[in-house]
Amino acid sequence: MSAKLVQGNEAVVYGAFNAGLKFFAGYPITPSTEIAEMCSRDLPKVGGAFIQMEDEISSIAACIGASLAGFRSMSATSGPGFSLMQENIGYAIMAEVPIVIVDVQRMGPSTGIATAPSQSDYMQVRWGTHGDHPMVSFAPFSVEECFTEAIRAFYWSEKISSVVVLLLDEVVAHMREGIDIDNVENILEVPDRGPFSEEKEGFRPYKVDRDKGAKLPPLGTGYRFNVTGLVHDEMGFPVEDPEKTGDLIRRLHNKIDAVEDEMASYDERYTEDADVIVISYGSVARSSLRAVRELRKNNVKVGFFRPITVWPFPSKRVRELSKKVKNIVVAEMSMGQMVHEVERSVGDSCQITLLQGIKGELITPDAIHNTVSEVISK
Amino acid sequence: MSQSSHLEPVVNRAFCKGCGICIEFCPANILEFDEQRKCRVTDPEKCIKCYQCEMRCPDFAIELVEKGEKK
Amino acid sequence: MIGELTNKYLRMDRLPHMWCPGCGHGIALGALLRAFDRVKIDKDKTVILSGIGCASRAVGYLDFSTVHTTHGRALAFATGLRLLRDDVKVIVIMGDGDALAIGGNHFIHACRRNIDITAIVLNNQIYGMTGGQSSPTTPQSRLSTTTPYGNFARAFDFCNLAIGAGATYVARATAYHASLMTELYANAIKHHGFSFVETFTQCPVNYGRRNKFPDPASMLQYMKDISVPFKVAQNMGSDELQGKIVIGELIKEKEDVELNEVVRERIMKFRGGAQ
Repeated sequence: MSAKLVQGNEAVVYGAFNAGLKFFAGYPITPSTEIAEMCSRDLPKVGGAFIQMEDEISSIAACIGASLAGFRSMSATSGPGFSLMQENIGYAIMAEVPIVIVDVQRMGPSTGIATAPSQSDYMQVRWGTHGDHPMVSFAPFSVEECFTEAIRAFYWSEKISSVVVLLLDEVVAHMREGIDIDNVENILEVPDRGPFSEEKEGFRPYKVDRDKGAKLPPLGTGYRFNVTGLVHDEMGFPVEDPEKTGDLIRRLHNKIDAVEDEMASYDERYTEDADVIVISYGSVARSSLRAVRELRKNNVKVGFFRPITVWPFPSKRVRELSKKVKNIVVAEMSMGQMVHEVERSVGDSCQITLLQGIKGELITPDAIHNTVSEVISK
Repeated sequence: MSQSSHLEPVVNRAFCKGCGICIEFCPANILEFDEQRKCRVTDPEKCIKCYQCEMRCPDFAIELVEKGEKK
Repeated sequence: MIGELTNKYLRMDRLPHMWCPGCGHGIALGALLRAFDRVKIDKDKTVILSGIGCASRAVGYLDFSTVHTTHGRALAFATGLRLLRDDVKVIVIMGDGDALAIGGNHFIHACRRNIDITAIVLNNQIYGMTGGQSSPTTPQSRLSTTTPYGNFARAFDFCNLAIGAGATYVARATAYHASLMTELYANAIKHHGFSFVETFTQCPVNYGRRNKFPDPASMLQYMKDISVPFKVAQNMGSDELQGKIVIGELIKEKEDVELNEVVRERIMKFRGGAQ
């Protein structure tokens, strides 16, 4: 097959199918709806099932149920629906159930502007559900990356037995680019969940090393354990023992920390000799790249840095870069959320300037160009 | 259940929480509270094997078993 | 009998259970074990889910694949679990607040989808675990910690709601009617499609105490007094049925297509086309 025009949302579905998606439950919401529509059409063709649920709460619940039954599961939504999903995102983290949630960010708060892009769910992705928990999230900036990052989301959700949020914004979701889906290189092979112990009686799914995720065999296959959102023991039964409680909470974090470096992914260009670096992700990074290229033509020493793994934030690399530059410009479509992670990483190493995008429009290359020029002339 | 004449109600005191449901509804009136407010069978011979106590016990604490068979 | 069943179907190391003395949930759990025995349930091919609350703690004692989900969401978890797994029996145990307040939306939609899930609601008309607040099924004028001057709102009729939403098996029993309960549970499990059994249970500690029931037995006696078998109720007027509860099988449809069949058929169609 040769290249054809594919939409970002569509590419997510192609990626999910490549990763072995068998179950999708969702609720219509702009600007993510195309993902649900395509799954409803194509999942039966690969032996899977689609169901439109009564809301986003039940959509993610159904995904967790299907994942517990042994199937790769995904839901897709946008801000208002993502808010409703927070409760069960915590459940999947606590019970260690792999699922992928696509959040196509739109303008908020509340209903906001349904068709306008935004990046203001960034902190909600990280901290939206209550309680101490780690979070993993990937943010593509091109149609091809929607495809590859969807696969990577499934890969890591299985590896860590938890939730991975694929973080798009309205621009990335709805733009079309020519890609050859069948010939994308370096595709990750998503691992199967097994093999599981042959000894089914008394099987303890949560008995794992202190920096590993639990692997739950599909329910209804002879392994009789309990799954719960309560603090639990190795067999999944509720406990309130302080030591066991601490061990569980620590392990849920340890298992992410242990693979943080391997999971880290970012796109770094022109940083070698840079005096200033622009940091942005998703669609804004497209504007940044354009601006950086223009500035380079004028011999401005400006670099480009784009986190793809946005949670955990690639702090180590940003810290290293901050020691070599005078300024970092953070451009994001919010009042400033990722900038807090940049500040946390950088400390006093360099100046940080924030370019906000709060009008429901993509930040333009010109705006970034001007901000960098101002920062340099100071 | 065919050998019902050989059955008698036996109380598992570890499970009995003393709610009194079996005592109230026993048609033969052969159940009562003991000193620790747990169920006691007063006259097993008069049991009519209706199973009402066993079916309504919320705690699986009373059961009709073969005579002489300790629970 | 019951000892044999508890050994077979319960996690004995977790007994005695955490329910209060005289709690009707234990009676319902006992009936469920008898129903399991009657339908010869396969422990390895059955998944039992629950929500949050006293009733939902039942799954902690059942020696099956069990999922203790979030408050109100058990049926949504069950729907996802069952959709591609018609090899497993799926049973969901919920309480009245669980299934009808926070989970009311999931409940009606599970009814209308006619997916092969058995939903059992243990309706004790109160929030027991949190200490006795009013629930959607607390009768009018009754007292709870959040209706200290009497409950104003009308109680939901669970079964009529399920029928209105399109459930294909709807039945009701009370904790007094333990053998009827066993029969209804067994029939519900055998039913092809969505089945729902409402079970009135007593909460002597958080409902009975506040509403002039001196002991658990008096609550069972009350359930007996207000119950009318479905067939008898057919010949009674709405005035006569005021304050009564109708027990037995209220709806039992046999012909309807179940959701899993639709999913499977669709998959087979595409498989056939591809080969």
